[in-house]
Amino acid sequence: MSQTERTIEIFLNDKPIRVTVGHHQTLIEVLQAQGLTGARESCAQGLCGCCTLKVNETLVSGCLFLAVLADGQRVQTIEANEQALDEVQQAFIECGAFQCGYCTPGFIMMVRALLDENPDPSDEDIGHYLSGNLCRCATYPEIIKAVQRAASVRRVPS
Amino acid sequence: MLVAKVFRSTMAHAVIRAIDVSRARAQPGVYAVYTAEDIVGLIAKPFYGPAFHDQPILALGKVHHVGEPVAVVLAEDPHVAENALASIEVEYEPLPAVFDEIEAMNSKAVVHEVLKPAGTFPDLKHLSGKKNTNIALDFHLLRGDPQKAFKQADHVFEHYFKTQPVLHLPLEPFATVAVPTHTGLTLHTASQSPSFVRIEIARLLGWPENRVQVKVPYLGGGFGAKLYIKTEALASACALLAQRAVKLALSMEEQFYVITKHATTLRIKSAVTKEGQITARECEVWWNGGAFADIGPRVTQKSGFTAAGPYDIENVQIDSYALYTNLPPAGALRGFGIPQLVWAYESHTDMMARALKIDPLQMRRKNVLREGRPQATGTLMRDAALVPVLERLAQLMHWDEPFDHGSGTWRRGRGMAIGFKASIAPTTSMAIVVINADGSCQLQSSTVDMGQGSDTAMAQIVCEVLDIDMGVIKVVHPDTDVTPYDMATLGSRSTYHMGHAVKRAAEHARDQLAAMAVEFKLTLNEVSIADLFKRKYGMQAGNVVGVGSFIPAYTSPDAQGQTLQATPFWMIGATGVELEVDTETGQFRITQMINLVDVGNPINPEIVKTQISGAAIMQMGFTLSEKMDFDEGQVTNASLADYKIPGIRDLPQFMHNEAVSAFEQSGPFGAKGVGESGTFGVSPAIANAIDDAVGVRLTDLPLTAEAIFRGMRIHAGQPLQED
Repeated sequence: MSQTERTIEIFLNDKPIRVTVGHHQTLIEVLQAQGLTGARESCAQGLCGCCTLKVNETLVSGCLFLAVLADGQRVQTIEANEQALDEVQQAFIECGAFQCGYCTPGFIMMVRALLDENPDPSDEDIGHYLSGNLCRCATYPEIIKAVQRAASVRRVPS
Repeated sequence: MLVAKVFRSTMAHAVIRAIDVSRARAQPGVYAVYTAEDIVGLIAKPFYGPAFHDQPILALGKVHHVGEPVAVVLAEDPHVAENALASIEVEYEPLPAVFDEIEAMNSKAVVHEVLKPAGTFPDLKHLSGKKNTNIALDFHLLRGDPQKAFKQADHVFEHYFKTQPVLHLPLEPFATVAVPTHTGLTLHTASQSPSFVRIEIARLLGWPENRVQVKVPYLGGGFGAKLYIKTEALASACALLAQRAVKLALSMEEQFYVITKHATTLRIKSAVTKEGQITARECEVWWNGGAFADIGPRVTQKSGFTAAGPYDIENVQIDSYALYTNLPPAGALRGFGIPQLVWAYESHTDMMARALKIDPLQMRRKNVLREGRPQATGTLMRDAALVPVLERLAQLMHWDEPFDHGSGTWRRGRGMAIGFKASIAPTTSMAIVVINADGSCQLQSSTVDMGQGSDTAMAQIVCEVLDIDMGVIKVVHPDTDVTPYDMATLGSRSTYHMGHAVKRAAEHARDQLAAMAVEFKLTLNEVSIADLFKRKYGMQAGNVVGVGSFIPAYTSPDAQGQTLQATPFWMIGATGVELEVDTETGQFRITQMINLVDVGNPINPEIVKTQISGAAIMQMGFTLSEKMDFDEGQVTNASLADYKIPGIRDLPQFMHNEAVSAFEQSGPFGAKGVGESGTFGVSPAIANAIDDAVGVRLTDLPLTAEAIFRGMRIHAGQPLQED
């Protein structure tokens, strides 16, 4: 291991992994090397939201987040709990809230966080919270509907 | 796997005197550095393109635009490859450059010394070997006697319009992985045209088609960017030179130098009676094609068919020019040139209506092309719901009711626009439907699903014909080893062209199943597919393979641009807008946007609505905020930080999207394409509404608050100092 590398341990989707990473490498590069491609680098400037990840309880742009900073932290990607769809994913399907799907993982991560913080968001709240996520197919009206649907499903006690 | 990073030209037009890659080659971890010299060792004539073979894999002898690939570095570590780019040195001798499409008509700066038509399109052959011109194609149409009509006209109106350069900007930038195999080459690529990629790469290498395999996964958006050859040729050359798998994935910034949407200058002149009847029209369109033709000449010609608008005009002259300049190449972007034309002719419609004091809707009603009438090419309008679309728009906008134009500092306005498009012909689609012995089936087609929902629509067609459940069908993604030829996924052609091929393949399979049933004196209603196979083969074994192909009728236009078969079907889109302008700042907000299209009989109505909405919002970006800024050919805003695409907070306050009730007699189940129609009317509808609100007429895109504010000051006789 050279001086520009370090071995880190991250709790990736609740499983501990050890990886050797370059100091300059971003979290998104490390995840891609792990075969996790749900978070994607698009603008590489933290402006589009395609690479949205959760580090501990905070949502970050994986393209700007240095991998070494994730040492010892919990990292959640869209691939967590892959066996079942949650109410947000289900709502996106039911509302047709995507076209090409490239931006969708980032949106889903953000919407989950939004509904954790605000179980009953207005359209204005949704727009404000998701303003950092871009969808070039412009499926925004359907996304707003999906968020409202997911929120109403979440509000019904199971 | 090796990663490739591209060294790009910093000059708009220059002779390459020398390239020194020795320092880059010496960097630890660098596997190879290639220039055109290495490419020529592999491919003697390394030029590609769908209309002209004008684009070199790496710059050869000279560079034609800033951002043109000049050299490529391969390394296992992308950072090593990226860093090595900085130590490549190129010595240029600058040449005069031309950036403006009008200047390019007569410029001393000539982008290509000799024109080299690809030979794919017979009507470009006459341009072969032409020298000292930037005109890649000129299309001319003449109908009736416009000059005579202008002389006799009550009124003549002439206006100029401009559209700005913008780009597709799919969130997934271009990417190709090329893998040398023992039989040839496999490409995994983000392409809308896998069949074209295979044929073009095989042509470059002098190989038979079957040595090149092209596989396409789901795309992260395309919009016309990922057509023909983009990253595929360079990735292929690198992989074959290195004899290693090579990944070439571009950055967002690099996307700004790959393919753009044509900037245009448009002149439109109409002769009109005092009642508002248009008797003659002249259109001149100059398309800024950038340094390589890509599909620009086709855009110039096909959109030329409809440049005079969806109006019944007896005397028409259209002159349309595809021009080379020293900007990044331009291609097709969601509308194949139509949004630029509608911008001009529908702004022009309102400007004339206002001058004549005729209601803009009445002006359109009076002139609109009715069913069965010939349009400018002489082709008759068939199954073209122009009138229903226009009338439904008027109804939804309550156009005949009084409109509140606001008061105080906020003024309200409304506007409408309607456009149409000839589809792409003649183009071929093939499909294969395989029925398995358990009754499940797969559809093999090279249509690329990039978010438009083609997998779903095609599966629906198969299920409808075979009367099977959607759950038992699998759509095989494009893989040229197994999916047959398709021209490309573009121009809203898939539903119609591939839809027909898929329907025929499914019918072919159904007929074979029916014949099998007859062998056992049964009909398909009396036996399941699985039972039928068991009876025939004694066990779960065998397949039925249905094949289908489709190529629509098309007649090339004559020297006057006349043809009775310009298109297999007509696409129609209209937009109505209401907005409010803050007269103190010029800022405005769209309070209502209504988008209507004629899609024939929609195969999947929900997907159709999303297509209309997505297309309209995208076009809103091209209307309000998007513009590539250039400084001597260099893009100065090549990032999402400086190039503003629509976000979730930029939506109209209210939006309604609808396909009118219609049926395309020649379409599969009465359907036709829809991917582009939602873009047509957006830009002029907004500009017309701005004029209605504050009396300011904008003729250049994008429509900015600043331009409105300047216009209002001029209107009030208090222009800003610099105006």
